[in-house]
Amino acid sequence: MLVQARDLHKTYKTGDGVLPVLAGVSLTLDPGQTLALTGESGSGKSTLLHLLAALDAPDSGSIHLAQTEVTALDDAGRAAIRRERIGLVFQQFNLIPSLDLAANLAFQARLAGRHDPDWCAALAERLGLTPLLDRFPEQLSGGQQQRVAIGRALAPRPDLLLADEPTGNLDEATADTVLDMILELVAETGAGLLMVTHSTRIAARLSRRLHLSQGRIA
Amino acid sequence: MRRAALSALLSHWRRQPMQLFTLLAGLALATALWSAVQAINAEARRSYDAAAGTLGLGAYETLSDPAGRMPLATFADLRRAGWPVSPVLEGRLVVTDQRLRILGIEPISAPVASLPAGLGAESGLTPAELFLPPGLGFAAPETVAVLKDTPGLPRLMADPSLPPGQLVTDIAVADRLLEADGGIDRLLLLPGAPAGLPTEIAPALRRAAPQDQGDLARLTDSFHLNLTAFGLLSFAVGLFIVHGTIGLAFEQRRPIFRTLRALGLPLGVLLSLLLAELLLLALVAGLVGIALGYLIAGALLPDVAATLRGLYGASLPGTLAFDPAWALSGLGIALAGALVAAAHGLDKIRRMPLLAAAQPRAWSTVSARALRRQAAAGAALLLAGAAAPLIADGLLAGFALLGGLLLGSALVLPFLLSAALSLGASRARGPQAQWFWADTRQQLPGLSLALMALLLALATNIGVSTMVSSFRLTFTGWLDQRLVSQLYVTAPSEAEAARLRDWLQGRAEFLPIWKVDLPLHDAPGELFGISDSPVYRSHWPLLDAAPDAWDMLFASEGVLANEQLARRNGLSPGDPVTLGPGWVLPLAGIYSDYGNPNGQAMIALPLMLQYHPEVPRLRHGLLTDDVPGLTAALHDEFGLPRANLINNETLKATSLQIFDRTFTVTAALNVLTLSVAGFAILTALLTLSTMRLPQLAPLWALGLTRRRLARLEILRSLALAALTFAVALPVGLALAWCLLAVVNVEAFGWRLPMFLFPRQWLLLFVLALLAALVASILPVRRLARTEPSQFLKVFADER
Repeated sequence: MLVQARDLHKTYKTGDGVLPVLAGVSLTLDPGQTLALTGESGSGKSTLLHLLAALDAPDSGSIHLAQTEVTALDDAGRAAIRRERIGLVFQQFNLIPSLDLAANLAFQARLAGRHDPDWCAALAERLGLTPLLDRFPEQLSGGQQQRVAIGRALAPRPDLLLADEPTGNLDEATADTVLDMILELVAETGAGLLMVTHSTRIAARLSRRLHLSQGRIA
Repeated sequence: MRRAALSALLSHWRRQPMQLFTLLAGLALATALWSAVQAINAEARRSYDAAAGTLGLGAYETLSDPAGRMPLATFADLRRAGWPVSPVLEGRLVVTDQRLRILGIEPISAPVASLPAGLGAESGLTPAELFLPPGLGFAAPETVAVLKDTPGLPRLMADPSLPPGQLVTDIAVADRLLEADGGIDRLLLLPGAPAGLPTEIAPALRRAAPQDQGDLARLTDSFHLNLTAFGLLSFAVGLFIVHGTIGLAFEQRRPIFRTLRALGLPLGVLLSLLLAELLLLALVAGLVGIALGYLIAGALLPDVAATLRGLYGASLPGTLAFDPAWALSGLGIALAGALVAAAHGLDKIRRMPLLAAAQPRAWSTVSARALRRQAAAGAALLLAGAAAPLIADGLLAGFALLGGLLLGSALVLPFLLSAALSLGASRARGPQAQWFWADTRQQLPGLSLALMALLLALATNIGVSTMVSSFRLTFTGWLDQRLVSQLYVTAPSEAEAARLRDWLQGRAEFLPIWKVDLPLHDAPGELFGISDSPVYRSHWPLLDAAPDAWDMLFASEGVLANEQLARRNGLSPGDPVTLGPGWVLPLAGIYSDYGNPNGQAMIALPLMLQYHPEVPRLRHGLLTDDVPGLTAALHDEFGLPRANLINNETLKATSLQIFDRTFTVTAALNVLTLSVAGFAILTALLTLSTMRLPQLAPLWALGLTRRRLARLEILRSLALAALTFAVALPVGLALAWCLLAVVNVEAFGWRLPMFLFPRQWLLLFVLALLAALVASILPVRRLARTEPSQFLKVFADER
């Protein structure tokens, strides 16, 4: 089993008191499996994704990634997990504006000490980025930037790819192309994929689907 | 409508209190330094005016004898011939370690308006009190406090209208104090005096226009110009902070501007509201700045007074009076500075299309092209500055050179830093290093104003401290050579002096230090007669000389002039020097004479005695190997007071003490300017830190810890400060050269050799790093303590 999350609870403090976001969520994900996480706005999808990505810690419950209990790690340990075993794709791409595409693409792999130039070149080729490698993010369209973000996330060959509305900012045709690429590459690398999406059409293309409602799996 | 719009605009400051603080603090600091300098200048000028106003020095023509003091009989002859004149005797005296300017007047004939206030009809003083021993003297209250009950002085009365360090008394009392033997320095020409000269009665007299007397103001002008330049520089450094903060506030409020305009607020009203807001803030900051400036000026004034006393012999009170003129000028410059700093932002709003993107753009994003354009403008300024001394003469050309150098370098700095960072990026190996250099380059536009301020502060520090240290080194070496005698003795009277010379025969060689004050090439000067001693040839350094300069001098065929006299009159060896009517000698050599504002010349002693037999013969330098023994013997034999017998070690120590005190104010201004630059970096980093989160969140998400990111942020500040220092060093040295070779020559009349002080650079480098470190601590601490939830908001905000 690649991911095992058990009984996750998470609350946020707001001006009006404590807001429960997740109330006992459990899920599992196997290597190579693709899982769509859907739900209404405020249902806790992104919070769950942030917990699985080791970006945040739950109030209670546990998360295991392969054999590692992520929830038992300190800040540095969680940073290492993110660096080495998780790939992240965001809706707003979050590329590093000061680096060119080639550097952006290889960035996480190099941070993790897993840089494979051949694999990066292959990713660039597959994602149609080869002619653009010396450009900077601001010179690219949204679709091109998202392709770079996908390449960056897959360059270290992560065990788990987490994508938060990766096509939310793209038009339908571009969104389909980007999704095809993600699914192809995930299948090729054997990584597990968990994707947060609002779109039932996109969710239908993944092997499993979980629906969150008011902080629980519906 | 206006009220609603203004409340929307002002709401920005409620949400950004730190930004409001930096804006007000930046402007207040800039105004404070400027106001402090203006307050000091105003105080000094008030003192000069008071000094010039005594006896109406600035208001009356005078008659004087170029050869020296005239006999009292001349005054009597002129009065008998119907000339309305009043005699003045003037001189300096050291009393209880205080330099005192004695002004002797003749109260009966002196113009009533120029008499000390204490001599008015309502004073109730009787003529007997004034004329009969011990006489009556008037001085500033602080001078009276110091000199009260000093034996030998007349009874002192306080007169606040007089400048400190001056004693006005009856001419007979002054004659006794100065041992003038009935001589008078000049005659004031009162209204109704005939035109021309009294050639039949006193053919040697010369008539001088009133303005010729304003020597003090003329001499000190250059010092005040220096001080003003420093104040202006500090103000410019402060304006960098203001410009940055106002620019940021405008950028951040772009969505508000667009919404207000979309809701129907006319562009003109929006601009006028912004202008009103700006002026209100400038007014508040200006008032705070003036108060701060008053405090700074009060703290610096004693040192400035020491500087003016040391360099020019000008007296200033130790306390500061509030003058609305400089306060208003401080307020004016705060308002003008805020307007200048905001002009660009206001113009951008004026030109912003209504449908422009509402998202705030990156702060001060500067394209590579704009960077090159700015560098080109900087290079043009550097060239223009360099050309200034070729086109024009004088102190203003010197300051144009300095201005061009400093402003030009500041404008070129971002381009140079960008090039250096590109080089760093191209050589970086790991991804973190690669990101670090590239990201630092991207942050450059936001930090460039603060770094330009740092460059100005560092370059000024290097330049001024190199100048001062070079001056000190030269001055020390010069003192070692110039103080040829081991003991300096001043006899209390001519009779005692003659006895002293007899007593010294066979005991120690003595060198007469005899001088007369006289005009040299139409400016105040002094003429020394020296005896033919080998110590002069071996110890008296000459800057430029004819091959046989000393032979010419001692054969009474030549004259030596100090650097000031030679430079002011463009004299080179061989040129004629006029020492009196019909008395011209060729210039044999030029010697350095630091610290003396006046022209000075030296001739052979016999020649001096031939032309000026009346020269006071009281001072002597003694050459001896047994200083303690001779000192004790002189005390025993002549009972000389301590002030009349000084060994050269004491003299040297006192001179260096005066020198160091003189430049204390420069050091203080250096530190203040560097502090303002440090504050500029802090504000820039704080400002940037509010925008850094979205830039750093992805890196954190990709696996860099907050601690690691914080370390990299510190490293970035240090790297930029180090690179800025690397640029500031050559700029500072060029500045030092300008100060030593151009400004000093124009301002003081002497040129100094330049020495390098790498240890000072190292210290300043460490200080620069420290300033950057301190400035980065607050924003970095904030970053290191940022909760993961804050980083997550960056991603959560995407929907």
